[in-house]
Amino acid sequence: MPDLLLEIGLEEVPARMIAGAQAELLKRTLVLLTREQLIDAEPTAKSYSTPRRLAVLIHDVKAQQSDITEEVTGPAVKIAFRDGKPTPAAEAFARKSGVAVADLKTIATPKGEYLAASILKKGRSAAEVIASELPKEIAAIHWAKNMYWRPGKPERFVRPVLWLVCLLGETVVPLEFAGKTAGRASYGHRVLSSGDPFEIVSPESYLAQLEGEFVLADVEVRRQKIRKSLDHVCRTVPGARWREDEALVDAVTHLTEWPDVLLGSFEPAYLELPEEVLVTVMRDHQKYFAVEDASGKLAAHFLTVTNIALDAKNTPIIRQGNERVLRARFNDARFFWEFDQRTPLVERIKLLENVTFQKDLGSYAAKSERVREICHILGTRVVGPDFQFDFNALLDAASFAKADLTTELVKEFTELQGIIGGLYAKSQGIREATADAIYDQYLPASASDTIPHSHEGCLLGLADRIDTISGMFGLGLEPTGSKDPFALRRAANAIVRILAESDLPLKLSEVIKASSPSPEVEAKVVAFFAERIDFYLREGHGQAYDVVKAVMAAGADNLRDLVARAEAVTAVRGSEDFLAVSAAFKRIKNILAQAEFVLDSGVALVPTNDTPERNLLRKFAELHAKVDELSQRHAYRQALETIAKIRPEVDAFFDQVMVNDPDPTIRKQRLTLLATVLSGFSGIADFSEIVTAG
Amino acid sequence: MSSAVAKKKALTFQELLFTLQRFWAEHGCVLQQPYDLEVGAGTMSPDTFLRVLGPKPINIAYAQPSRRPADGRYGENPNRLFRHTQLQVILKPPPERVQELYLESLVAIGIDLTQHDIKFEEDNWEWPVGGAWGVGWQVMLDGQEITQFTYFQQCGGMDLDPISGEITYGLERIAQFLQDLDSIYDIVWSRDPVTGAEMTYGDVRLHEEQQFSAYSFDYADVPKLWEHLKLYEAECLELLAKWPDIAEGSVKYRQTVEGAGGTYSNSQILRFPTMGAYELALKCSHTFNLLDARGAISVTERVGVMARIRNLIVGVAKIYAEQGRLTAAS
Repeated sequence: MPDLLLEIGLEEVPARMIAGAQAELLKRTLVLLTREQLIDAEPTAKSYSTPRRLAVLIHDVKAQQSDITEEVTGPAVKIAFRDGKPTPAAEAFARKSGVAVADLKTIATPKGEYLAASILKKGRSAAEVIASELPKEIAAIHWAKNMYWRPGKPERFVRPVLWLVCLLGETVVPLEFAGKTAGRASYGHRVLSSGDPFEIVSPESYLAQLEGEFVLADVEVRRQKIRKSLDHVCRTVPGARWREDEALVDAVTHLTEWPDVLLGSFEPAYLELPEEVLVTVMRDHQKYFAVEDASGKLAAHFLTVTNIALDAKNTPIIRQGNERVLRARFNDARFFWEFDQRTPLVERIKLLENVTFQKDLGSYAAKSERVREICHILGTRVVGPDFQFDFNALLDAASFAKADLTTELVKEFTELQGIIGGLYAKSQGIREATADAIYDQYLPASASDTIPHSHEGCLLGLADRIDTISGMFGLGLEPTGSKDPFALRRAANAIVRILAESDLPLKLSEVIKASSPSPEVEAKVVAFFAERIDFYLREGHGQAYDVVKAVMAAGADNLRDLVARAEAVTAVRGSEDFLAVSAAFKRIKNILAQAEFVLDSGVALVPTNDTPERNLLRKFAELHAKVDELSQRHAYRQALETIAKIRPEVDAFFDQVMVNDPDPTIRKQRLTLLATVLSGFSGIADFSEIVTAG
Repeated sequence: MSSAVAKKKALTFQELLFTLQRFWAEHGCVLQQPYDLEVGAGTMSPDTFLRVLGPKPINIAYAQPSRRPADGRYGENPNRLFRHTQLQVILKPPPERVQELYLESLVAIGIDLTQHDIKFEEDNWEWPVGGAWGVGWQVMLDGQEITQFTYFQQCGGMDLDPISGEITYGLERIAQFLQDLDSIYDIVWSRDPVTGAEMTYGDVRLHEEQQFSAYSFDYADVPKLWEHLKLYEAECLELLAKWPDIAEGSVKYRQTVEGAGGTYSNSQILRFPTMGAYELALKCSHTFNLLDARGAISVTERVGVMARIRNLIVGVAKIYAEQGRLTAAS
């Protein structure tokens, strides 16, 4: 069976969009071919991309769809024939099905006898299907930002399409898209190849032919080549290592067709600037990799990934160019660093009055005031003999936190907000606990970040974010669907992580309340956080969704405790006793729900004479005390194992006792017992949420 | 190698300009002179901003001195200027393989592509005040951004059809690159063919940088600038307000004239001074930039003033487009 190759030649596609589009093109092609029954269930398929092309290669595509015989049901026999002769209904059906009346069959259905015809549906050729259907799939690819370029705007796509290659085996499938008709002519590297089109012989020869034209179309091959070259070139500096940076490797992989790596240097005098600034200039502005020496300190070198093969002749030229650009950038940074210091942070606090945070929430000066107040509330809440921190440093940090937004350096390198403030604070003699809290305030900004290193930093981070969240919710600016323009989800994720991963003795509700929301806003914020906590447990801790539901049902305010409970449930959920108890609790819950029973705490449990009932109550009382004691110590795993010990008594109860006794008093008694057991053991998790397969 | 050799062979600043202009003239561009009003970028010249509107194709190129008062550094920063020079090329509609054409222009100014690392990195352009945006790239040459390449999509808040391709060369950066220099002021602007005597960028322009930086940061009279802004805005608004009557009157007049079997002349429409209104709007924009450099615009005011100027510029674009339609229809 032939292989299928599709290549879409494009003007340079934005690096950030390539991987997604490549995967989507492959998926769409496979879905199409499967739907059209042109490939088997488990096809071998590959996809490729460079900045200038997207390609898919599908092995073993059927050249032709199989013919299908379909049975079509027609009119009822009693309508189709009168006196043994065909009526117009029969004739019309035969005509529509393309068969003679004599060839119609009779089939028996529950509604009686009906006419039927076998119709042969001719399969179409793969080439025909691909030419007519694949362009629709190409057009449907999602791009974060697309454009139109042809007069009349017939289509939108990420960038103008330059050429199309589509081969089924060695034969061209002349599909059309964006004004181009597919052929076999492709193009190589912009500079290294001749620039003239060349013909792809067959899908199998695609990769090798491109490589001959200085294009590595396989993304992983390119990535590995870049990594190896980075290692290799770095080795020319004794003891040096390049700073691992997966996102940057990814970016340069999608910016090159024929990558190579070059080592450059800068004047060691620039190392006097903060490392954070130097690395940001190199990474974010120049896409250079930073280099460190054996001790992990930044070295006066950088690595750049080129889109051209380096040789003895061009290397010095390209190096010199890159070094000059970096020098100019570092000079700028040094100018800003020194210029900013002329106005110390203390004086900058006043300038924040002119920087709008949000039009209805006022300036950053107003925000800083609010954050300071929240810090005060939270600080007062947590301070105590067992929990110490520098309260004044925290309050100072809240006042200074946003002052760096007025600096030239932050205007130039917005990604360094907070960090710059921390660095200036330190160099201006502000005490270390304050400077560190300012420095860490935006942590964690992503899943790979740590939380702030100090208690002051954690408290500041909580206060700043809850102020933003409650403020925006108060204005009705909460995230909807995929829209989250103020990154409130990220802010909430950070709050969840700080509460769950620090040792602050704080509950989520206390943090929310500290921002003084109205009752309506508070309710919305609480619900919003429930989603973020759910997300955190599933994505951050890999907890199963039923475990998450179970533990959250038992309370989601103390987040550190919540994580411990989830981990304990996951640890024991495989045990047979636990599963049995979970199933029993589910049964209890159903019984109580059906009886619309509400536990009245005033009713005392009076054991009856029935032994299983008495036994259950006795065992519950015994275990409950133990579970309480273990839970107090957060020994949740042992607590759960203890709960599981009630299994024999519960089983015996259900085997031998009928809950729905005709005597209402006895019935109420039994329901009360079950409700007591259920509520007494639901402090760690609501076990009825646990999925007990089978 | 020989960066000395490279330097000798490198084009002077004025040769760079000649060569690029010749290149684009040979590829069918009308060569226009720089616009004689203060603009922040070549895009703001009516030869770009207004010509990209409507259906009429045009290829045009011009050098545009571009003023950015806040970027002035009194001539002390080797890489930042109050006024730099863009070479602006508008291709409406852009031809196929326009990137290859652009790369040829680099070869024409002496850049051997096999000896450099060139990348087209995503960089989309947006001018909110002009209701304009496009997608494209910054062209990186050995880590230096030398050109901005944009496919215009909207202007004055209106979809463009056909679109235009815009190529904006940063001439100082390219000259600095070609001549392998750390400072803009060392760029060789011209070389006397007889004596070999050189004039540098500093010789020609340093005093301008010093004086205009001082003017925009220290001397410009803030209350008067506000006054200027108000006056320019008021006159521009008055002009814009006259358009509906003229457009409507002209349509009615035409019906009357043609109904009576006469010949309609569209001179009323043709002579409506949309470009005059545009110049007033550009004056507002430049005055705003001066106020900004003086630190006279708070963040809160900023949004409001920008909305006022946007109102002018988008208003001009709408009228210009309508004017084009009405004259084309006659």
